[in-house]
Amino acid sequence: MNWALNNPNPEEKEPTTTTQSSDFYHLGAKDSSQKPRKIDFWRSGLMGFAKMQHSVAVKMNNGNNNEQVGNKKGSTFIQEHRALLPKGLILWTIIVGFISRGIYQWMDDTSKVRREEVLVSMCDQRARMLQDQFSVSVNHVHALAILVSTFHYHKNPSAIDQVVNAEREMFESQHNWVIKTMDTGEPSPVRDEYAPVIFSQDSVSYLESLDMMSGEEDRENILRARETGKAVLTSPFRLLASHHLGVVLTFPVYKASLPKNPTVQERIAATAGYLGGAFDVESLVENLLGQLAGNQAIVVHVYDITNASDPLVMYGNQDEEGDTSLYHESKLDFGDPFRKHKMICRYLQKAPIPLNVLTTVPLFFAIGFLVGYILYGAAVHIVKVEDDFHEMQELKVRAEAADVAKSQFLATVSHEIRTPMNGILGMLAMLLDTELSSTQRDYAQTAQVCGKALIALINEVLDRAKIEAGKLELESVPFDIRSILDDVLSLFSEESRNKGIELAVFVSDKFTEKGHIFVKVHLAEQSKDGAESKPALNGGVASEDITAASKPSSYNTLSGYEAADGRNSWDSFKHLLSSEELLTSSEFEASSNVRLMVSIEDTGIGIPLTAQGRVFMPFMQADSSTSRTYGGTGIGLSISKCLVELMRGQISFVSRPRVGSTFWFTAVFERCDKCSLKKPTVENLPSSFRGMRAIVVDAKPVRAAVTRYHMKRLGISVDVMTSLRTAVSTASGRNGSPLPSGTTKLDMILVEKDSWISTEDIDAEIRQMNSRTNGNVHHKTPKLALFATNITNSEFDRAKSAGFADTVIMKPLRASMIGACLQQVLELRKARQQHPEGSSPATLKSLLTGKKILVVDDNMVNRRVAAGALKKFGAEVVCAESGQVALGLLQIPHSFDACFMDIQMPQMDGFEATRQIRMMEKEAKEKTKLEWHLPILAMTADVIHATYEECLKSGMDGYVSKPFEEENLYKSVAKSFKANPISDSSCSQS
Amino acid sequence: MLGLGVDRLQADINRLLTSLFHQGVLDEQFLQLQQLQDETSPTFVYDVINIYFDESEKLLRSLRLLLMDREFSDYKKIGLHLNQLVGSSSSIGARRVRTVCVAFRSASELNNRPGCLRGLEVVEHEYHYLKNMMHELFQLEQQRLLAAGVRYPM
Repeated sequence: MNWALNNPNPEEKEPTTTTQSSDFYHLGAKDSSQKPRKIDFWRSGLMGFAKMQHSVAVKMNNGNNNEQVGNKKGSTFIQEHRALLPKGLILWTIIVGFISRGIYQWMDDTSKVRREEVLVSMCDQRARMLQDQFSVSVNHVHALAILVSTFHYHKNPSAIDQVVNAEREMFESQHNWVIKTMDTGEPSPVRDEYAPVIFSQDSVSYLESLDMMSGEEDRENILRARETGKAVLTSPFRLLASHHLGVVLTFPVYKASLPKNPTVQERIAATAGYLGGAFDVESLVENLLGQLAGNQAIVVHVYDITNASDPLVMYGNQDEEGDTSLYHESKLDFGDPFRKHKMICRYLQKAPIPLNVLTTVPLFFAIGFLVGYILYGAAVHIVKVEDDFHEMQELKVRAEAADVAKSQFLATVSHEIRTPMNGILGMLAMLLDTELSSTQRDYAQTAQVCGKALIALINEVLDRAKIEAGKLELESVPFDIRSILDDVLSLFSEESRNKGIELAVFVSDKFTEKGHIFVKVHLAEQSKDGAESKPALNGGVASEDITAASKPSSYNTLSGYEAADGRNSWDSFKHLLSSEELLTSSEFEASSNVRLMVSIEDTGIGIPLTAQGRVFMPFMQADSSTSRTYGGTGIGLSISKCLVELMRGQISFVSRPRVGSTFWFTAVFERCDKCSLKKPTVENLPSSFRGMRAIVVDAKPVRAAVTRYHMKRLGISVDVMTSLRTAVSTASGRNGSPLPSGTTKLDMILVEKDSWISTEDIDAEIRQMNSRTNGNVHHKTPKLALFATNITNSEFDRAKSAGFADTVIMKPLRASMIGACLQQVLELRKARQQHPEGSSPATLKSLLTGKKILVVDDNMVNRRVAAGALKKFGAEVVCAESGQVALGLLQIPHSFDACFMDIQMPQMDGFEATRQIRMMEKEAKEKTKLEWHLPILAMTADVIHATYEECLKSGMDGYVSKPFEEENLYKSVAKSFKANPISDSSCSQS
Repeated sequence: MLGLGVDRLQADINRLLTSLFHQGVLDEQFLQLQQLQDETSPTFVYDVINIYFDESEKLLRSLRLLLMDREFSDYKKIGLHLNQLVGSSSSIGARRVRTVCVAFRSASELNNRPGCLRGLEVVEHEYHYLKNMMHELFQLEQQRLLAAGVRYPM
């Protein structure tokens, strides 16, 4: 029996069935002596596990502590300074404000400088122009003066002559007017001298006859002019008539007789008259400014600053202030060194704040503030997230610790419970062995069952914990899927039989021959009210060819009940049955991996839709009522899931409430190519049925196919008939119809109970057929057998009367069980001797009883053990402690039937001894013509193949591994005895 | 002594055996050995184990002598002795002795003298442990037999 998983204990795979393990062991033909070892191994594994988990948990706790400390240390800068965050924001805002202010200042300054520059240039420009204009005018006056003085040479008195008082009358009469004063226009009072205007432009003709000396300004001007001999300017004053501010330029005209470098007196004396030009400064400047662009933008004032403490305004509205913050002074030189003038320019309007400053600075501030706020927000967020993170981490650590504690607790408690439970169970078992009243016995048995259930539960919990902890490792061992499935069935057979449920296994032939990899397992559980219950097990190809949906009245499942995934199962099953459909499995050839799919289908209450999501969660049941009704802890499926995932597969299911569920899983296996492993995978089934023929009567094709599958494994070819009547008539040959495949021999008819029950009045026919055949000793008598899941007493009686008496085969069907039953029916037990496939002490005993056997071994202990073992099987044993002694004992003729030879012996080893024995036999043959062949079996501790070959080479007949194993011993002995019948007979004769 | 402790003794024996299996001191071969014991040879196990101890004692003694010799070089002889020991140990199912013997043997095959000395010590330790355990087991067995032999008229 080989398991795909080398689980230390088969219970692990089917955890719910611990209580049936003994059954399992027996059916598996396992050497009972192996059982304690396995369990021991299992236990020790558990102990180790529990301890390990403990240390692991402690370690984890330490780790967590460190982590926590680390987290606290590792809190970020931001988090440490979280209180400063709002302050930081305010500070930042202030800084931004200052920077903005600075920027404003800078931009403002820049614009001011530019403005000033503009003002300076404008002012200078204006001053220069004014000056130029003025000098041009002065030149004109000068030219005029020269012209006038030229005229003067020819007139007397000169037209422009200054008039002294003595000459006034003459002058007045000459000109025909009187000299008037400037202020009143009245005739001038008598003065020392006069300076009446003689010539004037038409525009100023009113000036004529006015005495220029009468005006303060003019008089002073005139005096100064004739003293210096240069053009002189008056301080500004309101001009006559126009009332504009103006200046008067006075230019002296001298008589010709002016000495060189004249003194002031000489000049005064030489003065002939004056030439005056009135400058209307206001209109002049206005005119000038009008010529320039931007004249409105600035305010211009022209001052006479000859008396520095009292500047006189020459031009400009004193009220017009303009922008007083900024002004510029420009010097003016009107050509009179005595007079000083200046020009002051101002902007008319205050400087407007520039647009770019208006936009830039607020924008900058806004951006700066926003950036600050964003940073603040981010920091606040970071702090929050980190706080959350730390909180989460703490929670996680706590959760993990709780999880570890849980697992640890489970493991520890489970382990602690198991120990006393073993005691309790042991005591209960002993108690049950004592004499008890029936009530007491009942109590004790109940207690024992409960205890076993508890142990099973604990095992499950431990399994789960172990898988969760990743402690479970898989080992690859070769196995035979059919045997495995048979074993699984046997585990559940009793339960299913009690419930009226039956199981069956079907594995596709393609599985091995074509390497096909999909296996479907159908388990159709009968609902409670159903009279019949059938399990169905399908192996199927997973190709979908969905035909019409089956009608509710007849489902194509084995039981005839609806299944959750019924169509799929039927289709795939059909697919599998049709042998033409060969699966091309190129992938399979390519890789050594095999994916196996197993699906299990049942009928029943199904799983409520709401509960389907948590089916695979540990300790979850569909609902609480489920556990009340059906028991269980809800841990099995989660363990299954873990196992399937370990095997790189998937597990899932389809379930329909009140119809049933179909669970399936896949698992990946490796292909086993080694020849040495081929042997164990061959099914250990009786071969005595090879070539037999049988008819299976079953109305349900799927179920019939399952039956056929098992029969086929036994080597029986099967024809399926749907009606018992047809089968009986075929068998009895009454209607003369030939057997389906034209064969002559029909060995048995296997009838499904349903078919038998449903066929009325068939009993008589069967009886008839039976009686007929009973009378007939002929070999062709077909035997009748009945398949049933459960059978009532009355039915059993009926069956007995109908002739099924000794052949009710209880389902679930297993090849080995069918074989056993059929052997019984066909009375093949005798034949078994010739086909000693099974081994048992009885057969070994029969083989060895009365035989005289020589055991050659240098090791006294080994000798003793071997002798003991052989003696136990009824053999007479003689021991020899070396090859030489053995040779001495085996001098022909001797009475030994066999020899067990140790290979490793000092002096003469087993090979050498055997060679010598064979030589002796040869000599004896030549001498006596009697053939001697003593079966010699090597005893060796290391069963390497090479050793085996060497054994054969040196003339041995086989080998047994040391220490003796019964089965092994039996096989070797049987083989060598069979191979040497002559020797056997000769031996027994001798 | 009064025959009342049969079950307790049996339980003790079982516990002792279980612990020996746990520790890997014994393996299933020992159970097979026990199965060979029946009415015809009621002391079969005891006999075999005693032979084993006698033989092993001799082997161990000679192994120690061989290894103590300073100019020693006969590793082959050691190997032979060890083969014997391995064979008999596996025959009675003394798994741990067998395991350490195999290790010892591989050391001797490599002519590794320190390894051999260490191996010898380990083997001796295991051997004595086994012997003590067996002694205890047989004592229990004897007591049980005694107790089981007591019969009271009903």
